[in-house]
Amino acid sequence: MILNQFLLLAAILFCIGVYGVLARRNGIMVLMSVEIILNSVNINLVAFGAFRDHVAGEVFALFVIAVAAAEVGIGLAIVLLIYRNRRSIDLTEADLLKG
Amino acid sequence: MTPAGVLAAGAAGGDLFVAQNVFFGVIALVMIVSAIRCVTTRNVVHAALWLVLVLAGAAAQFILLGSEFVAVTQVLVYIGAIIVLFLFGIMLTKASMGDDDSVAGEKRLMAGLVAVLLAVVMGIALVDSYSDTRVVIDEPQRFAAVSDAIFSQYIVAFEAVSVLLLAALIGAIVVARKE
Repeated sequence: MILNQFLLLAAILFCIGVYGVLARRNGIMVLMSVEIILNSVNINLVAFGAFRDHVAGEVFALFVIAVAAAEVGIGLAIVLLIYRNRRSIDLTEADLLKG
Repeated sequence: MTPAGVLAAGAAGGDLFVAQNVFFGVIALVMIVSAIRCVTTRNVVHAALWLVLVLAGAAAQFILLGSEFVAVTQVLVYIGAIIVLFLFGIMLTKASMGDDDSVAGEKRLMAGLVAVLLAVVMGIALVDSYSDTRVVIDEPQRFAAVSDAIFSQYIVAFEAVSVLLLAALIGAIVVARKE
């Protein structure tokens, strides 16, 4: 297998995730797009770990998975709080700090 | 080297169309289509289900790369836990009932432009840097090697992640709790 096939797949997924983060207004959809981005990073880490035949890639992929789980928990709690206060999870309406 | 050059180099090696590469292509195609559907579909529940396909495809890629432990963790944590969390979030915010209303065309256009530009830049950089680098997987990574590394070399990071998960757990409860 060529290393590049995994790296290019990860790059494409990353760009799709970036599109989702930028284009969607629903808070939950933005969190899902962030998950796609984190997954593409994991593919990169594991691919380089296999390429170097070193466990560091896998170990850090596991750490990324753990951090992603924490991020989703906190993120959904925040979205829930926004919904409770504003009856909407449209992120363009959550502009209290905009000044 | 152009992509065609990469393909030619692979074909010269005589192992471009081995089973691994065929499976890689099929899974990669499924992942990309699902990811695009996930970020463009209007129904939020459908988006979560498309996300499951992306995550399962990533697990399959990990197995292709010989990392079963990461693949199993991916299935357990992502598909088992995070998707359920998303579905609960959708349920609690009633986001599934209404569509994710129309995004302004201009915003969508700019986001697409940014994504395409990013893809072009990263694609050129990757093709330029790693065009003929190969991954050779003799045997799958052993669970024991991964766990040895976690509990010796990366023990500090491991403990930090444990504290982070605890902090996130308490934080999520405090933030989402009703007064």
